[in-house]
Amino acid sequence: MYRQQILDHYKNPRNYGELEDPDFTHVGENPSCGDTIQMEVDLADDGETIAAARFTGDGCAISMAAASMLSEELHGMTTDELDALDTDDVTDLLGVDVSPMRIKCAVLGRQVAQDGAKIHAGELDPDAERSITEE
Amino acid sequence: MSTMEAPEQYPFDVAALRADFPVLERSVGGDPTTPGEGPDDDVDLVYLDNAATSHTPDPVVETIADYYRTYNSNVHRGIHQLSQEASVAYEEAHDTVADFIGAAGREEVIFTKNTTEAMNLVAYAWGLETLGPEDNVVLTEMEHHASLVTWQQIGARTGADVRYIEVESDGTLDMDDAAAKIDDDTAMVSVVHISNTLGTVNPISELASMTHEHDGLIFADGAQSVPNRPVDVADLDVDFFAFSGHKMCGPTGIGVLYGRQALLESMQPYLYGGEMIRKVTFEESTWEDLPWKFEAGTPSIAQGIGLAAAIEYIESIGLERIEAHEELLAEYAHEQLSDLDGVEIYGPAGDERGGLVAFNVDGVHAHDLSSILNDYGVAVRAGDHCTQPLHDKLGVAASVRASFYVYNTVEEVDVLVEAVTAARDLFA
Repeated sequence: MYRQQILDHYKNPRNYGELEDPDFTHVGENPSCGDTIQMEVDLADDGETIAAARFTGDGCAISMAAASMLSEELHGMTTDELDALDTDDVTDLLGVDVSPMRIKCAVLGRQVAQDGAKIHAGELDPDAERSITEE
Repeated sequence: MSTMEAPEQYPFDVAALRADFPVLERSVGGDPTTPGEGPDDDVDLVYLDNAATSHTPDPVVETIADYYRTYNSNVHRGIHQLSQEASVAYEEAHDTVADFIGAAGREEVIFTKNTTEAMNLVAYAWGLETLGPEDNVVLTEMEHHASLVTWQQIGARTGADVRYIEVESDGTLDMDDAAAKIDDDTAMVSVVHISNTLGTVNPISELASMTHEHDGLIFADGAQSVPNRPVDVADLDVDFFAFSGHKMCGPTGIGVLYGRQALLESMQPYLYGGEMIRKVTFEESTWEDLPWKFEAGTPSIAQGIGLAAAIEYIESIGLERIEAHEELLAEYAHEQLSDLDGVEIYGPAGDERGGLVAFNVDGVHAHDLSSILNDYGVAVRAGDHCTQPLHDKLGVAASVRASFYVYNTVEEVDVLVEAVTAARDLFA
């Protein structure tokens, strides 16, 4: 599971940090592991194309590498395309078979980005609890 | 390098004993979604997750299978022969447990689902009825959630103050703090006998005498002690004691609550229904004698009989010898892991702990570490081990825990150390 690419993204996460004035920010966690991820996104003038994405977080190599790879992928993607990302898309990004117990780690960043976009679009209650991924 | 030579002499014949556990011969590494060994399983299993659950030896499996094959029947009420055979075996299992832990008799031995249910039984049947805002319940910072969450909730419902004896930096209890926290308003002290995270062996009889001086009751959680050392509830001087069958070569679904008979007599049932009543009218009911008063509904019959077989199995090895074997492995693992740079071990020194070692490797998340160990066939637990507040105090989200039992070997500890080293180097 721990290919060089995953270790590289874990040790040198891409787009790690915060945006100055993001269009939306969202935080989520994976309580059974203690993984926490915050995603921040800037949208282009059309209001639906992702212009920039940044993340911060604390967690295992799978959750952090997946968030790092996703942050690269998000650039230029529309919010509809983001919403359409499924678990297979995340494991394709990672390029490895993720064991069933670890899937929740891999998809945390995606879930946080998707929920953040939905809150921004008014499709999800912003007062709802933090995004959570579990088995 | 290690300063400790691999011990050559075990207290008993570990190699011969392993033959009773066919699962130890299997390989892992393949598809984890399909139970059992598959074609892609290509690495030998090294099972070091015994504090979570132990494996079940053939004689115990056979005892359970024999029950289902030859005298499966419901207990207590049947007149027919199978029911009588099942009843005798199930009831005598209580006697076996009583002898095993030094209880006065079967009246003091209640079969539960597990340690957690035993804890809840006392919390509901005694705690909810007895506690009030003037009382306090004393726990420790190293309690398992089974004790911590249960008393926390009972405290919230009754207004009783729940307080925690502090854990020192070396993983032992601060006994001065215990003396300060246990006072005349202490109704219950609920304390883990051996910490499932730190491996600390707590001084139960000392805490019991402190508690009794203030006329309180003490409940010890023996989930991690009963499997691997001689335990006598009279010597410990506890009022309640609990443990689980599946951590001591027995099946899941069976645990034990020990209680002093007078206390159990004074308590109302926690569950109502069949098997626990003497006489029922539309208006009222009276209860069966102990221990059946607290065993409502059809009990875990096969599991109770299986637990008795497990006790016979570990007694045939000898609890003193098991304790010596656990100490040997824990000390060796502690020593070997301590020698690795970047490894932090929690709890007391190697010669003062139960048979488990929880640790972290600098820069490697516990779940990543556990995944990599799994690639080496090594089964450990990664997470908070149901001691989240203790992990908060340790300043870590999770840890990896290797825990040993009768069938583990020094060579298996060596595989663990090799895998930990590989994980550390991979993330370096």
